[in-house]
Amino acid sequence: MAVDWASSTIEAGGTKLHVKRAGRGRPVLVLHHETGTLDDLPFYDALAANHEVIVPHHPGYSRSERPDWMRSVRDIAVVYRGLLSELKIAKPALVGLGFGGWIAAEMATMAPADLSHLVLVGAMGIKPPQGDILDLAVTGYIDYARAAFHDQKAFDRVYGAEPSVDQLEMWDICREMSFRIAWKPYMYSQTLPHLLKTMRAPAMVVWGDDDKVVPISAGKRYLESLPDAHLEIVRSCGHAVDMEQPEALAKLVTNFIGRE
Amino acid sequence: MHLMYFTEQPMSAYDEQAGRDFGATALMFSNEHFDPVAGSRLYNDYIEQYMLAEEVGIDGIMLNEHHNAPFCMQAKANIFAAILAGMTKKVKIVMLGNPLPLAENPIRLAEELAMIDMISKGRLVSGFVRGGGQEQLATGVNPAFNRERFEEAHELIVQAWTKTGPFRFEGTHYQHRVVNPWAVPLQKPYPRVWIPGVISKETIVWAAQQRYPYIALNTSIEQTKKIWELYDQVALQSGYVGGPENRGYLIQVHISDNEDKARENAKQFRWMQGEFTGLAHPVWSTPSGYGSPTNRRAFVEFAAGRAVNPRGNTSFEQQVEDLRIIYGTPKTVVAKLKRILEQTRPGILALWGNDGRVSQEDSLTCVRLMGQEVFPAIREIAKNLDLKSPFESNAPVHLKYSTDLRPAKAAAAE
Repeated sequence: MAVDWASSTIEAGGTKLHVKRAGRGRPVLVLHHETGTLDDLPFYDALAANHEVIVPHHPGYSRSERPDWMRSVRDIAVVYRGLLSELKIAKPALVGLGFGGWIAAEMATMAPADLSHLVLVGAMGIKPPQGDILDLAVTGYIDYARAAFHDQKAFDRVYGAEPSVDQLEMWDICREMSFRIAWKPYMYSQTLPHLLKTMRAPAMVVWGDDDKVVPISAGKRYLESLPDAHLEIVRSCGHAVDMEQPEALAKLVTNFIGRE
Repeated sequence: MHLMYFTEQPMSAYDEQAGRDFGATALMFSNEHFDPVAGSRLYNDYIEQYMLAEEVGIDGIMLNEHHNAPFCMQAKANIFAAILAGMTKKVKIVMLGNPLPLAENPIRLAEELAMIDMISKGRLVSGFVRGGGQEQLATGVNPAFNRERFEEAHELIVQAWTKTGPFRFEGTHYQHRVVNPWAVPLQKPYPRVWIPGVISKETIVWAAQQRYPYIALNTSIEQTKKIWELYDQVALQSGYVGGPENRGYLIQVHISDNEDKARENAKQFRWMQGEFTGLAHPVWSTPSGYGSPTNRRAFVEFAAGRAVNPRGNTSFEQQVEDLRIIYGTPKTVVAKLKRILEQTRPGILALWGNDGRVSQEDSLTCVRLMGQEVFPAIREIAKNLDLKSPFESNAPVHLKYSTDLRPAKAAAAE
């Protein structure tokens, strides 16, 4: 099914963001991985069949320019709160993918009453009680991107078996931004688990059963921190559930947040 | 001409095959392969080489530091500088240099360097570097802010050396509410600062803007000339004319009493599988944000195994041909060095004499011949070519202490 996406540049608090929008229904803000995002992904299309989907490219990632002043993931979360005001969207559902899950969780703590649902998929942002989050800094570009997939054929479908030099360069740009805002502690906040206790909206924590990027122990820590949350495990799936099993994830999300 | 001896202080007693099997000999190559008994022997061997260097009249000893790798045993250059400050009497202690961005507290560095300067009675040259990509990861420092941290730490250290305390420093990366070190350098306004480097244009430009000598690290004659072209251009824009006192050069030169042995030992310059810093994982040696954005595309292609290293890796024969590796008896070595001096006109020259598994006996022979035969000949050549060091020409320590600045146009006309 072809989805009619509209792209635009929207300024939120002085930061220019590349934003794609499509679909009707309950607004869903989708926040991508630290590897950036491709322009079109089957997961976005599948969600847009039932919801109004907003996909911003994070500042400093993919097609959004880098604000040199940013120093933390929380800065992105605040800018996205500004984006929602700009778009006059109240009480959206937040769907955070990996690193985007960290941003979504930060956004949730900033205005616990201003979201309908929180969906965290293999989310970074919390120190895993067991194991560590895979380190970008010591892992090759392709090895890192491949690590997010259980089935390497799924990686080939998304990026091609030999990703282009443009893609490699984009991964490097995204990496640089991740270093600028999430270097130490690496890819988590020490205060987030405590702040999440303010949440009231229902949350769904989704994890691939073969996540080699963020240990599932982090998911369990999210469940302990969020007052109203449940866990969904996607079988035979890696970290990038959205890219590896897009239909399955879209279905989980739609069932959770409801159609309108 | 200022003439120095340098060794990387190789940790030559590691299992080379283990490195090849792992596929890298830096950062993540396990320190289970580090033998502290051999380490103890080697550190003391290097001290013996340095003491001999002073005895045979070498002007300076160049020190550096690296982390997590067998190619260099110095994990903290200031430790060796402190040893030399106490043990030697005449040599300049030339640190090339302290990796500034690795410092979480640059004031601590300022204090250590001031102590070394006082203990050595004013023999410190305090070079500063950005540190290699792997050094950032080995010390947990953010590579994306490497250059910003370098410049800001430099500013803070110079202030700590020259400004009366207590004062406050509120920077982007460094904030210190009380700066008032009770250790300041003996040399005034502050110890000379030299900046070594390989390929980053930004560093050459920065050094020229400060009027700090730039030390080209084992670059080819052509690369070296291009470096001076850029340096001189920035010098003119800054109001002075660049000359030998702004130019340093480090080159791999092994000296022996016979040509065959010299050649065999010179091959040890490629002991780390031909790579300067050993077998490297490209993503570790150039973490995102560390390099210049203009090199981004070339580096990602290299990192993915689709292109050759933009930093280059040439064969032993080619490096000998390009005069990047020189070996031989004093006579042949001097003839080759003369060509380099004529073409690149440095006022500072460091010979990287021994590397890898060259025996202590051969290393000491190299140092002795360097001091007793090669350097006296080089001094004569330098005199004829009018190659003066910053000490001989009494060059200002920094641009702001210049008394000869002219508007850019006038300087260009000279």
